[in-house]
Amino acid sequence: MTDSAVIQERSRRRWAYVLLAPSAFWYLALLVLPLIVVLVYSVGERAETGGYQAAFTFDNYLNLGARWTAFQNTLTLAPAGTLICLLAGYPLAYYLAVKASPKTRLFLLILVVVPFWTSFLIRTYAWMFILGGRGLPQLLDYIGIEGVRLINTPLAVLVGIVYGYLPLMVFPIFVSLEKLDKRLLEASEDLGAAPFATFRQVTLPLSAPGVITGCMLVFILLMGEYLIPQMLGGGKVFFIGNALVDLFLQSLNWPFGSACAMALVVIMVVTVTLYLKATRGTGGRDVSLM
Amino acid sequence: MTDPRKEFIAQLRRYQMGSISRRHFLGVTGLGTAMAVLAGAVPGLRPRPTFAAGEIGDKVSLTSWPNYHDQANLDAFAEMTGATVELTVFGSNEEMYAKLKAGGTGWDVFVPTNYTIQNYVDADLIDPLDLAQIPNYDPASLTDPRMTEPGSIGGKVYAVHKDWGTTGFVQNTKELPDKITSWKEFWDITKDKASGRVMVHDYQLTTIGNALKYFGYSFNSNDEKELADAEKLLIEAKPHLFAINSDYQPSMRNGDAWMSVAWTGDGKQLHKDIPEIVYVLGKEGGEIWSDFYAVPKAAPNKKGAYALINYLLDPEVNTKELLFHGYPVADKRVIAKLPPDVANDPIMYPAAELLTPLEFGASDVLTNPLRAEIMARFKSA
Repeated sequence: MTDSAVIQERSRRRWAYVLLAPSAFWYLALLVLPLIVVLVYSVGERAETGGYQAAFTFDNYLNLGARWTAFQNTLTLAPAGTLICLLAGYPLAYYLAVKASPKTRLFLLILVVVPFWTSFLIRTYAWMFILGGRGLPQLLDYIGIEGVRLINTPLAVLVGIVYGYLPLMVFPIFVSLEKLDKRLLEASEDLGAAPFATFRQVTLPLSAPGVITGCMLVFILLMGEYLIPQMLGGGKVFFIGNALVDLFLQSLNWPFGSACAMALVVIMVVTVTLYLKATRGTGGRDVSLM
Repeated sequence: MTDPRKEFIAQLRRYQMGSISRRHFLGVTGLGTAMAVLAGAVPGLRPRPTFAAGEIGDKVSLTSWPNYHDQANLDAFAEMTGATVELTVFGSNEEMYAKLKAGGTGWDVFVPTNYTIQNYVDADLIDPLDLAQIPNYDPASLTDPRMTEPGSIGGKVYAVHKDWGTTGFVQNTKELPDKITSWKEFWDITKDKASGRVMVHDYQLTTIGNALKYFGYSFNSNDEKELADAEKLLIEAKPHLFAINSDYQPSMRNGDAWMSVAWTGDGKQLHKDIPEIVYVLGKEGGEIWSDFYAVPKAAPNKKGAYALINYLLDPEVNTKELLFHGYPVADKRVIAKLPPDVANDPIMYPAAELLTPLEFGASDVLTNPLRAEIMARFKSA
């Protein structure tokens, strides 16, 4: 009897390993090994004609200050973009989940999803025209506001970021708000809470997992952003992602590029850990990222 | 055969260039179409198909530069051979070199500039061309050895001449009426009157090179002190730039940019459509260059590559290309076909005193780590 249970348990485990193998391989081959390569490269030297040459030096890390502006841009615009996405996304998600009638909800959800059907590149191109001299600035010119410059400024990059990442913020919040038991809101009201107090004490804490997930998704992706600064920043508003592309594809300085990439990974791990620590317990539920 | 999707893309591209004006439409497309119709109507003028459909595969990839090929020609090639041309454009030779060096590009034909060919040979990235597969390549008809010889290294032809040109700047004289004749003035006005309206290439050779010219140094300087001066100038100018991008036509056309470092053909194309945009060669000098067709060692479709190069070197096709891109071609057979106004065009064929101080790029500049780092610092500043 016990024997057969053990055997059953073993075979179940074996199955679990088999099923886990592909993802474990994926993880190892496409995340762990490349990271090790990057780490090794980052203590190497640039070869005479570019590329990597074996060495052991921390010069690349000591030189990180040369990309300070890129780190600074990333570390200001990524959190700012995340915050604006949150401020704009929360009311939208709230309306979708709580206020909208089921019929309009479906319609509005479709409206949020539809832009995803078009390539992100093309949508960012569209913003190049909207923000360019013949777009919004010309319109503003007609109504008497002259000399507005939008394209190739940090503001343009921020607009692109919020536009591109808003749905990633809306959906997790929407899901957590939709699961919210509406009777709790009624109970709060019955117990004499004003609408804002209900929101602050009931709705917001219960939607916290969605907020945390949304912020993580947007923030992590923004830290590695390349396309939006490239297209809407005109090569003037540089993110660390752009600096990386430059180091690998123009300067052929792979070791320094690897050092910058490692620095970015470290910054991300630290901020994300701190963020999760700080927000743990806010929602009373575990944060589910995946 | 009008594919509505292609037509749409073409329209979109035109819109993107900020130029749906009738003048532009007639100037660029009209001309191309007229030439195509003319060539189609006279069988002798039609390039002779050397390949049966499908023989060279269904695609050939061409890695080149912005605004550098007439789409009508590439379409005609596809119709003739059954192989569509996949065109990719780059902004700098460094990027091209880095991509090819990293491997796995899938390029069949690419367009390197004179000074880089030595680097490609040294890095063992290209082979000598099999000239038997390019019957349209005729050394006897090449007119200017300075423009065509950099393709040959150690007596072997690694790359064949496409066209040549200069690197100057374009200026919108309606927005900036001042007469600007030098790189000194170019940078001074950038920091002053034209603030926020100037573009430079995302390309260290020309951007650093023309900053070096501000001080009267060589365009190819690798001297540490001289490069430090150039970097200082670039960092000072950075807040006054509109953008750092080698595809400056869209911004010049829609008026966002008033001045940009530019190559001959872009100057020609812009001036043709918008006459107030002029092309200027800085009197201190700058770059003269020549571009080539080459085949990477790792090209997946070598047969297609040769077929495409041979097609593009066909004097008829090459002439049509020239009328589109506006860069001079050092080939007698092409020059003979040019209408007089093109053959005497001052943008394409600048006065001798402007050409004399120009320098060809030097091969060590391509891989100089200091120049690469200065450019990267300038961009991330």
